[in-house]
Amino acid sequence: MKLSINGKESEYQGEADRPLLWYIREDLKLTGTKYGCGVAACGACTVLVDGVPTRSCSTPAAAMAGKKITTIEGLDSKAGKAVQAAWTEMDVVQCGWCQSGQILTATALLTKTPKPSEKEITDGMTGNLCRCATYHRIRGAVARASEIMGKA
Amino acid sequence: MADDISFETPSRRLLLQVIGFGAAGFAVGMPAMAAPSPEVTAGKPASLVVLGPFVKVGADNTVTVLLKHIEFGQGVSTGLTTIVAEEIDADWKQMRFDHAPAEVPKYGNLAFGGAVQGTGGSTAVANSWVQLRQAGAAARAMLVAAAAAKWKVDPNTVKVSRGVVTSGKHSATFGQLAADAGKIAAPDVKTLKLKDPKDFRLIGKEKSASRVSGRADTASKINGTAQYSLDYHPDGQLVALVARSPRWGGKLVSVDDGAAKAVKGVSEVFAISNGVAVVATDYWAAKKGRDALKITWDDSKAEMRSTDAIVADYKKLLDKPGFEARKQGQGAAGMTGAGKVITADFEFPYLAHAPMEPMNCTVEFKPGESCVFHSGSQMPTVDQGVLAAVLGLKPTQVSIITHVAGGSFGRKATPDGDLAMEAAQIAKHLNGRAPVKLMWSREDDIRSGKYRPLTVHRMAARINGDKIEAWGDRTAIQSIMDGTPFGTPGKPDVSAIEGSHDIPYAIPNISVDVHFTTSPVTVLWWRSVGHTHTAFAKEHFFDQAAKEAGKDPLELRRAMLVGKPRLLGVLNLAAEKAGWGTPLPAGRARGIAVHESFTTYVAEVAEVTVKPDGTFSIDRVVCAVDCGIVINPDVVRSQMEGGIGYGLSAALGEAITLKDGVPVPTNFFDYPPLRLAQMPKIEVHIMPSSEAPTGVGEPGLPPAAPAVANALFAATGKPIHKLPIGTKV
Repeated sequence: MKLSINGKESEYQGEADRPLLWYIREDLKLTGTKYGCGVAACGACTVLVDGVPTRSCSTPAAAMAGKKITTIEGLDSKAGKAVQAAWTEMDVVQCGWCQSGQILTATALLTKTPKPSEKEITDGMTGNLCRCATYHRIRGAVARASEIMGKA
Repeated sequence: MADDISFETPSRRLLLQVIGFGAAGFAVGMPAMAAPSPEVTAGKPASLVVLGPFVKVGADNTVTVLLKHIEFGQGVSTGLTTIVAEEIDADWKQMRFDHAPAEVPKYGNLAFGGAVQGTGGSTAVANSWVQLRQAGAAARAMLVAAAAAKWKVDPNTVKVSRGVVTSGKHSATFGQLAADAGKIAAPDVKTLKLKDPKDFRLIGKEKSASRVSGRADTASKINGTAQYSLDYHPDGQLVALVARSPRWGGKLVSVDDGAAKAVKGVSEVFAISNGVAVVATDYWAAKKGRDALKITWDDSKAEMRSTDAIVADYKKLLDKPGFEARKQGQGAAGMTGAGKVITADFEFPYLAHAPMEPMNCTVEFKPGESCVFHSGSQMPTVDQGVLAAVLGLKPTQVSIITHVAGGSFGRKATPDGDLAMEAAQIAKHLNGRAPVKLMWSREDDIRSGKYRPLTVHRMAARINGDKIEAWGDRTAIQSIMDGTPFGTPGKPDVSAIEGSHDIPYAIPNISVDVHFTTSPVTVLWWRSVGHTHTAFAKEHFFDQAAKEAGKDPLELRRAMLVGKPRLLGVLNLAAEKAGWGTPLPAGRARGIAVHESFTTYVAEVAEVTVKPDGTFSIDRVVCAVDCGIVINPDVVRSQMEGGIGYGLSAALGEAITLKDGVPVPTNFFDYPPLRLAQMPKIEVHIMPSSEAPTGVGEPGLPPAAPAVANALFAATGKPIHKLPIGTKV
């Protein structure tokens, strides 16, 4: 079957239950999407499926036919660019492993809610784990990205 | 100048013991010198000119700093690069970083005695400070000499500023001079003139137009291009998973691998020293294969106790004196006297490090010839020795490629090279047929150790009037070092008592002793090591003593930190910035804690809100840190924030409990790390200092949990005797 990832079509011929994460990482070598838990508990593997943040570790690749998948490598929306700019400005990252997932989740949040309240930021981002605890900066950077979007 | 740096804290002494053993003959062989590894990053300019061990200048005008310490989030790619950039007088935008190959003594950690290359004990900046300033100054001198020769001018007329070398009408970039500079002999270190700190342009400065990003690793970590070891996919790679005993100490009896071998993609199933390896074309196939194994384990020598039983055993031990770690005044006898004696036991569970990137590595083995090991390990020297021994190679035939790591917190620094040991056995079995990536799933990470040791402290204090006149701290803990090739039989493992035996308060009678327990459960240093529990027991019990003495906890600390100006300095700074003593709304309370670890001084004030039903929130943490000269203030802040978050994570929710010897948690849903919604607002204040720089990766952590516990105690009157606290008090 054909899968659309970052605007490119690719042929998926793997097992029916193989998670999208491993197809993206091992076959397509798009390694910006990370493995963290394998059970949809941490968000490191987050990709956008038709714009919706989705845990690729628990989503079979074979279920993705006809959907538009965006990974960190393909992020080029206005919100996505604003999020990356804010992340740079505030130096959010530490080890960086969770950050692709954080950035895609923040992008989806701001695409849907361009001016989120503090509570909306918390609710939108609390599903993504960060063991380095960059949370303090993530909160600030999502708010900052919202400002950047407003000015653009 | 290197003598100016003191490494006399217990953890550093501990590491020196480790290295003392290693230098004398680590069991599997310590390489004297290893072959340099190939470049890690693709697309690097081919013509990098080497200017000493730590600096390479490209024809494209980039300056690459070779890091002898792994970047795993703590910011060494920024901090160490900044030190070189300052002395070479580069423009920040031209700076790059790469990990050094495994090669001692060239890249040895000077805080570890120089014989082992490794990252730990918050030593990266402290042990690199003088070395990298000299490396930058030496490279600068070579560029200046090259320019002077080229232009036929007096070297004293040559100036360097922001990557541009000038003399009169002459001007050149580093890149234009690199080839010539590379032919010049490195200058004698004694002839180098290091910058006067007042002339620093990058060190200690806030991010500005001259620094595109405060962190050197931000760009690659926000666009998915950073290459971690799990991201390295050589052609034809196979993926291996290992089924390990559910109980520590369990031994493999037999395996029925019929169903596993029937899984599409599984190529081989075989036993290794600590379990059964399943090798497949990819992760999913390997996982399904491993899930299908039917294994019988012999548990006759395994840990079979549940957590409650272990704690009960520890408490029984605590009834008797242990190994004496500190006796001041009358020691334990000081508990007899005027006033009142209070006691309390504090229980700390086993903890998993749970870095976001689980353990993994890739081995490319050519039998009889070479091995290339890709990993995010904190101890490349140990890995190199292990791989060489198992694969029948000389250490010089083993190249270590260190990738940035997705966290570690100590897990990727093992004295026995556990990951390399498994991987080497698998590679040996495959005998060069294909490169093999060994992965640990999250379940492996949570359930297979190695853990922060389960620990119980029994605290006692005698309070006479408004004074603490005697202090007792007795610990039962499994040693991290004993039972490894690095243990020192007959001597106490100082990593168990750092932060307790050196309690800084002026108390006339002090007794600190420790019982070392044994178990097959594997234990390891976990971000801030012994301070994870000693700081909590010391600082939280101090508040209980202060209450008994009828004193404000801040005031009593101030009065008792005699001759401890740096601790007192951060204590006062944190208290002032937090508004200690100012009124708070109902249900809200403050707590303070102060602690020295790794020669860095940190005080934190926590503000909590406790609701009538006992649920609570941590609203704010104000942190003051004194880490000597600051290389990058924003990295210091980020490490304090991260250390506080990691400490609160353990304080609120993390515990590896055992049931009949088997760990109960399996993954992040039942080993719950701190989430964004639980993260307090954090303010970090840095104490100005001209002392030698010390580490920041760990010291932010120890005061966090006791500051919160003290705030909860202030709010409720109930002390916290067991971690994790959970969601209610």
